Amino acid sequence: MLSLKELLHFLSLSEPNIRYVVFGTIMVGIAAAVIGNFTFLRKRALVGDAIAHAVLPGICLAFMLQGSRSLWVLLPGAFVSGWLALLSIDWINRNSRLKPDAAIGLVLSVFFGTGVLLLTYIQQSGDGSQSGLKHFLFGQAAAILPGDLWVFGLTGLLLCGLVALFFKEFTLLSFDPDFAQAAGLPVRRLELLLSTLTVLAVVTGIQTVGVVLMAALLITPAAAARFWTDRLGAMVLLGAAFAALASVLGSFVSYQQPNMPTGPWIIVVLSAIAFFSMVFAPRRGGLARLWDKLRHAWKIREENVLKTIYHSGESLGDFTAGMHIEAVQGRRAFNPWQLRLSLFTLQRRGLLQYGASGYRLSGEGLREGARLARIHRLWELYLTEYLRLAPDHVHDDAEAMEHLITPELEAQLEAALGYPERDPHDRDIPR
Amino acid sequence: MNTEFLDAFWIMLTGSLVAVTGALLGCYLLLRRLSLIGDAISHAVLPGIAVAFLMTGSLSSVPALLGAAVVGLLCTWAIETVQHRAGVQGDAAMGIVFTFLFAVGVILVSSLAGNADLDQECVLYGELAFVIFDQTVLGMPVSTAILLANLLLVVAVLTFGYRGFFLTTFDPAFARALGFSTVAWHYVLMSLVSLSSVVSFESVGAILVVAFLVGPAAIAHLLTDRLPMMLLLAALIGISASVGGYFLAAALNANIAGAMTVVLGVEFLGVMNVQFMRKRWRVTPSVASPT
Repeated sequence: MLSLKELLHFLSLSEPNIRYVVFGTIMVGIAAAVIGNFTFLRKRALVGDAIAHAVLPGICLAFMLQGSRSLWVLLPGAFVSGWLALLSIDWINRNSRLKPDAAIGLVLSVFFGTGVLLLTYIQQSGDGSQSGLKHFLFGQAAAILPGDLWVFGLTGLLLCGLVALFFKEFTLLSFDPDFAQAAGLPVRRLELLLSTLTVLAVVTGIQTVGVVLMAALLITPAAAARFWTDRLGAMVLLGAAFAALASVLGSFVSYQQPNMPTGPWIIVVLSAIAFFSMVFAPRRGGLARLWDKLRHAWKIREENVLKTIYHSGESLGDFTAGMHIEAVQGRRAFNPWQLRLSLFTLQRRGLLQYGASGYRLSGEGLREGARLARIHRLWELYLTEYLRLAPDHVHDDAEAMEHLITPELEAQLEAALGYPERDPHDRDIPR
Repeated sequence: MNTEFLDAFWIMLTGSLVAVTGALLGCYLLLRRLSLIGDAISHAVLPGIAVAFLMTGSLSSVPALLGAAVVGLLCTWAIETVQHRAGVQGDAAMGIVFTFLFAVGVILVSSLAGNADLDQECVLYGELAFVIFDQTVLGMPVSTAILLANLLLVVAVLTFGYRGFFLTTFDPAFARALGFSTVAWHYVLMSLVSLSSVVSFESVGAILVVAFLVGPAAIAHLLTDRLPMMLLLAALIGISASVGGYFLAAALNANIAGAMTVVLGVEFLGVMNVQFMRKRWRVTPSVASPT
C-alpha cells in the first residue's frame, strides 16, 4: 500500500492541492509549537485547550453576522471569543472560590456548548453556505485554499517575529515572573501579549486540526522537545521541527487514504514523537534514567562486595587470605548471580585477584576497601559527635552515605573531626 | 397524554439523568481538584466507544459499555504514568494523553464512515432528541433506561462509599491513617466517571459531558460549604439546566445538549452576580471556611 514512489511523489509537492495542505499545516503547526513552548513552561497548557474550545461561538456569531465563511471574517470572531474565554477564566479565579481547574473546565464547556447551540441553530436555519462551518470542529486540512495560506503565513510570521523580538522577556516571564516584575519588566503587558499570541495561534490552527485537538498542537511539541534539551532556544526550534515533521507525515497519511482525517493523524504522529522522546531521549528519557539507576545500583553492589572482603580481612588481621564465594555469601547475603557478576567485574578492574584460596584484595583493592571503611566510620563518628545520635543508630545511615561521599567531603569530615583514629564502635579508622 | 408532551418528557428526563449523574460525580471531582481529569476522560473514551461500535454495532450492550469505559480508566493511568514515570508536568501530561486518545478515536470513527449511528458530530455533542426514536425497554427508551441504571449504580456506590469518599476527599492523610486506601477510592471514582461518560455519550456527546461534570458542581460549590447540601444543590441545578435547555433548544430548533450548557452558564453567572450584590450590600452571612 505504502510505496516509496508515492512518498516521493507526495514530497515533490507537484500537485497544488498537496502543496496547500502541506504548507498550510506546517505553518500552523510551527506557529502553535513556538508559542506553545511558553504556554507549556508557564504551566498553562490546559488554558490553551480552553481557548481552543472557546473560539467556536465566535466563529458561529461571525458567520451569522456576516454570512460568509471566509477566514478574514471568521478569525476576528474566533479571536474575540477566545479572548473573552481567557478573561472569564481570570475573572472567575479572582472573584470566586473556584479553583483554576474548575474555572477552566467551566469556561471551556460553557463556551463550547454555546458554540454547539449556535452551530446547530445555523445548520437548521438552512443557509446553504454554512456547510463548511463544522469543519472547525475537527479541522479540514484538505479544504485549505491558497487564500488561507496567506492568512496562515502572515499570522505565523507575525507570531514568530514577535516571539523572536521579545524572546528574552518571554523567557524570563516563563521561568521567573517574580524576578521579571522586580527587574522592572512590564509583566502585565507581556502576559497580555503572550496570551494574545496564544489566541492567535489557536485561532489559525483550528482550521487544520479542529477545536478539540488544537491543545495538542500547543502542548505536545513543547513537551517532546523538553526531553532533548535544557535550552529554551533549542527547545523552540526542536518543537517547531517536530510540528513540521508531524504535519508532513499527517498530510501524507490522509493523502494516501483519502477518508482519513489529516488533523487527527498529525496529532497521532506528534504524540508518537512525544512518547518516543519520553522513552528514548538521552539523559531525561525513561531508558536513560533507568540506565543511570542500574549503573548506580551496580556501583553500590560492587562497593559492598569489596567492603565485605575488606571486613573479612580486617577481622582476620590478614588481607592476603583468599575468600571463596560461599565465604563472602556467609558474611553478607548477596543475590548469588549478582555477586558472581560483581566479583568478575571487580577482578577485571584489578581490584581483586583470584587464586587457589579464592578472591583476595589487590593493592588497589585494599586501598579502595580501606577508603570505604574509612568513610563509613567517619560518617558514624560525625553523626554521634555532631548530631548526638546513639552509636547503635548510625550504621544504616553510614551504609548509604559511604557510596556518596566525595573526596572533598571526606577531607572536610576528617578535618572537622580532628583526624580521628577510632570510630564510635571502637574500630580503627583506616588511613 | 399526547405524544408531543410524552416526547418532551422523555427528552427532559434523559437530560436530567445525564445532568444528575454528572453533578454528583462532579462534586467529588471538584473537591478533589480533578475537574479536568473529568474533561480528559470524557474525551478519551472516544476510541473505546469507536471500538465498541466496530465490534458490536451499538453501545447498548453491557460488555460494549464496560469495554469503552475501560479506556477512560486507561487514560487516567496513562496520565499518571506520563506524569510520574516520564516526569512531564501534570497539565501537559493530561493534554498529551487525552488529545492522543481523542485523535485515535476520531480516526477510528472516520474509518467507520458509513456507519449511520456514529458520525463526527455525534461524537461532539450527541443528539438528545433522538432518544424518542429508541426502542423501548420497560416502557422507556433504551438510552434512558441505561442512563437510569447507571445513575442508580452511581448513587449506590456514592451512598455505600460515602464515608470513604468523604474522608479521602477532605483529609487523605487521615483517611490513610484510618486504613482507607486513597488509591482504591480514586480509581472507584474514576471508574464511575468513565462509565458515566460512556453512557452519556449518545445523548450529549463526548465533550458536553464535561459541562455536567463541572458546571453544576461549580455552582453548588459557590452556594454551600456542606457536602450533602452541595450534592443536592448540584443535582437540582443539573435538572433545572436540562429542563431549561430543552425549552431553549425547542425555541431555537437547535442542539439540546448545547442549550443545556448555555443554561448552566447563565445559572453560574446569576449565582456569581447574586454573590457580588450580597458582598456589596454587606449582608453576607458568615463566610465559613471550607470544611
